[in-house]
Amino acid sequence: MAEVLVYVDHVDGAVRKPTLELLTLARRIGEPVAVALGAGAENTAAALAEHGAVKVLTHDASEYADYLVVPKVDALQAAVEAVSPAAVLVPSSAEGKEIAARLALRIGSGIITDAVDLEAGDEGPVATQSVFAASFTTKSRVSKGTPVITVKPNSAAVEAAPAAGAVEALAVSFSAQATGTKVTGRTARESTGRPELTEAAIVVSGGRGVNGAENFAIIEALADSLGAAVGASRAAVDAGWYPHTNQVGQTGKSVSPQLYIANGISGAIQHRAGMQTSKTIVAVNKDAEAPIFDLVDYGVVGDLFDVVPQLTEEINTRKG
Amino acid sequence: MSLRIVVTVKFVPDATGDRHFADDLTVDRDDVDGLLSELDEYAVEQALQISENSDDDVEVTVLTVGPEDAKDALRKALSMGADKAIHVEDDDLHGTDAIGTSLVLAKAIEKAGYDLVVSGMASTDGTAGIVPALLAERLGVPQVTLLSEVLVEDGTVKGRRDGDAASELLEASLPAVVSVTDQSGEARYPSFKGIMAAKKKPVESWDLSDLDLEAEEVGLEGAWTAVESATERPARTAGTIVKDEGEGGKQLAEFLAGQKFI
Repeated sequence: MAEVLVYVDHVDGAVRKPTLELLTLARRIGEPVAVALGAGAENTAAALAEHGAVKVLTHDASEYADYLVVPKVDALQAAVEAVSPAAVLVPSSAEGKEIAARLALRIGSGIITDAVDLEAGDEGPVATQSVFAASFTTKSRVSKGTPVITVKPNSAAVEAAPAAGAVEALAVSFSAQATGTKVTGRTARESTGRPELTEAAIVVSGGRGVNGAENFAIIEALADSLGAAVGASRAAVDAGWYPHTNQVGQTGKSVSPQLYIANGISGAIQHRAGMQTSKTIVAVNKDAEAPIFDLVDYGVVGDLFDVVPQLTEEINTRKG
Repeated sequence: MSLRIVVTVKFVPDATGDRHFADDLTVDRDDVDGLLSELDEYAVEQALQISENSDDDVEVTVLTVGPEDAKDALRKALSMGADKAIHVEDDDLHGTDAIGTSLVLAKAIEKAGYDLVVSGMASTDGTAGIVPALLAERLGVPQVTLLSEVLVEDGTVKGRRDGDAASELLEASLPAVVSVTDQSGEARYPSFKGIMAAKKKPVESWDLSDLDLEAEEVGLEGAWTAVESATERPARTAGTIVKDEGEGGKQLAEFLAGQKFI
């Protein structure tokens, strides 16, 4: 059976959920071989094996932390040359897409980004993408070289499928470009204790109607009652009420959770572009004419300052 | 000293319009108006700020690959303050994918001459955000991408990249490829004077032969990816909408419980 390379997104050996989803998708088209780089790479093996990796190729060097993107491209290229895979899958993070793009160009292969589903086809893997603010669904394939495909978080359910996960050292020699862009400082983002926005199963968002940074506490309380991530519309971010890293929309993050709750968000096209593929959509808005109500499975026309605290209290009571 | 900045921009279908696919599964450009991609306005803005803050003699060139109408995007960038424009236009470019676009842009950037390339973080139509990285790979220069702050001095570009896990400070020597996010600074509106001045600024038109490229290297035929189908998403079935009369939160909780979210 053909091998499929899966690029591992991890933090000091802790594998992030989108990588485990990729292993599930990879098994549809072949045998997953994982590539884990940098500090803690070897510690990823157990989780990767548990989810279907037959092999885990690892390499650590200071270059991965000290320089931007290119050292990882060099390593992935070495893995492609060592394995001759049927496809290369990379999580669709900003960095993941840059790594995948440079790799694809180097190995003379086409690239598909932001796939939301993947299946085996007669002429190689077929990727589903959601385009034009999720108003169209396309199916595409790579027509040249080894398909390089980046996949968005929440595109598949994580399935356990124990495999050998044998750790093998990957031999990497860095290119002249590897040290071109120095990382001269790094400040880790302070953890809020909430799930990562793009990976969360539930996202609770606030917009213009939240009307002030301090009022986001209401949104956060609802999110915490559901174990959800917090999102914000561009209007709320531009007003300085919530950090840009939480912005959902065309110029922010695109999310596709099981449940999306929009509070005080009108639903402009730019916002819809970032959340329209959510499975269940709920909105609370004072304006009955707000376009967000065209998208919802359930909508409440009302003041979020009344509805949201009542909802939070009811959820906490039911859980209690 | 002089500094040559090339800003890559894209003419995109208006996201507020009704976007569709043509029969050959490329974007139907006749169906909806086009405009300068909003995210590229931030790139133009940063190039102009680098120019304004520099002691060097700086020339800002805006470059696009696109159909006849793409001149509108160039004109907008010129009216913001860019010095000159290059329009790569050729019938054989129809259907070119990201890899092919990066080839055409890289050839044009090399022909124009550059010390710094500035791009937006992504186009607002394709939204992949991979062209800046592809340009750096093709040009063999550092990529300093997704910057929310950018500074150029003494032959060096520095910037801040705000990622999910960390905020990173980056540094590279010129020449380099930079991309900037929508957090890099509000883009200026063209002034009346800027709009009038733009009419007199030079716009060069190049075709594939000017860039020593063959038709089969680009376009739909030359693409390394193939779209097999495009289906319009079925309209959502109308949801339940209730008016809050004091119990809206509880009713919503009931719905969420019914869906097993609680």
